[in-house]
Amino acid sequence: MMSFTLWDILRNLLLAARWTVVLSLVSFIGGGLLGMALLYLRIGKARAGRMFVQGYVELFQGTPLLMQLFLAFFGLGLFGIDVPAWLAAGLALILWTAAFLVEIWRGCVESVARGQWEASASLGMGYVQQMRYVILPQAVRVAVPPTVGFSVQVVKGTALTSIIGFVELSKAGTVVTNATFEPFTVYGLVALIYFALCWPLSKSSQILERKLNVAHRNH
Amino acid sequence: MTYRFDYSWIAEYWPVILKGLVTTVELTLIGTLFGVALGIACAWTRSLGPRWLRPPVVAYVELIRNTPFLIQLFFIFFGLPSLGVQMTEFQAAVLAMVINLGAYSGEIIRAGIEATPRGQFEAGASLAMTRFETFRHVVLIPALQRIWPALSSQIVIVMLGSAVVSQIAAEDITFAANFIQSRTFRAFESYFLTTGLYLLLALALRQALRGVGRMLFPRRAAR
Repeated sequence: MMSFTLWDILRNLLLAARWTVVLSLVSFIGGGLLGMALLYLRIGKARAGRMFVQGYVELFQGTPLLMQLFLAFFGLGLFGIDVPAWLAAGLALILWTAAFLVEIWRGCVESVARGQWEASASLGMGYVQQMRYVILPQAVRVAVPPTVGFSVQVVKGTALTSIIGFVELSKAGTVVTNATFEPFTVYGLVALIYFALCWPLSKSSQILERKLNVAHRNH
Repeated sequence: MTYRFDYSWIAEYWPVILKGLVTTVELTLIGTLFGVALGIACAWTRSLGPRWLRPPVVAYVELIRNTPFLIQLFFIFFGLPSLGVQMTEFQAAVLAMVINLGAYSGEIIRAGIEATPRGQFEAGASLAMTRFETFRHVVLIPALQRIWPALSSQIVIVMLGSAVVSQIAAEDITFAANFIQSRTFRAFESYFLTTGLYLLLALALRQALRGVGRMLFPRRAAR
């Protein structure tokens, strides 16, 4: 029987953690882009667009991410596509991330005082100009801390992709456990690696919140 | 698309789904009750409790909030037995949910407590209440009322997150879905149906929590 040193275990986990990072980046960037498109509909004038996004958010926030992963994995297969785990994982995570980001960002746009819209309208600005010069600059300031904070949820969300067979940190944890019979050590290390990825994001979100709120504190 | 949905298996398998539904509801109820209790204890420690107790509570909260629920579950179910702590799938699932919700709700409740004006504590003291009585009667209830919407959302999130307990073979809705798809090979149908069940459950849970909120804070106007 082979024996494994702690370093063997850690090295294998760290190699797999690369895929957690890649998948997180893909989901966050893809979800961000889709979220922006949805935000455009959500705060737009068209009633149908608003209803669609509301339904979308309700659906993706009201069902488990795991089920969304399963449906993407098996659902795409119905179209005769042979679905690799990474495709289903990426797709489901992007859709899920967008549903949360659009709600976070909507709150931020709506936090900009009503009078700002009226003031910019009175200067003869059109919708695009109002957004570009008045509303978004203020909304972005509010949006940065919760957006960074949400990235932690995305990193943790990628752990579920191990269940449909994508080999990232969690899956590697299971594989290494099966080889070493040391679940306590392995899952402990896996948790610590996730912590090392997520904690800096959580902290910077808190720090940003304090920094960007300075303007509001004097009111 | 030529695919045709086939739900002919429902007649045979609905007891499995029902059992899963009951398990998910049980997990959510027990997890919420003890999780929020743990959260209140953490919030009390962090904002009013003895100083030496604060660092361990902060470490607990940060550790749980920055690691995936799935790994917490695996650590409890597969890792702890090497320390001699054995438990059933259901117990491990409940424990993981309590620990998880404890950390999140602790942070939420703390925010509610810290928004309490200083004068409330002084008013309590001036009525000769002890620190604990002041906390119990003057601080906690308004704090809970203040953060009730956020707490409700977190409880719904934990309920939905409980789908992964099927990975340690706790027999919840997702476990039923996996079971059915492995027997009937109607994967899409079984996940589609169970996803719908989760959606209904989430809506029902939100309504129920709104009701609990109205029951707990009757005299104050909802904000």
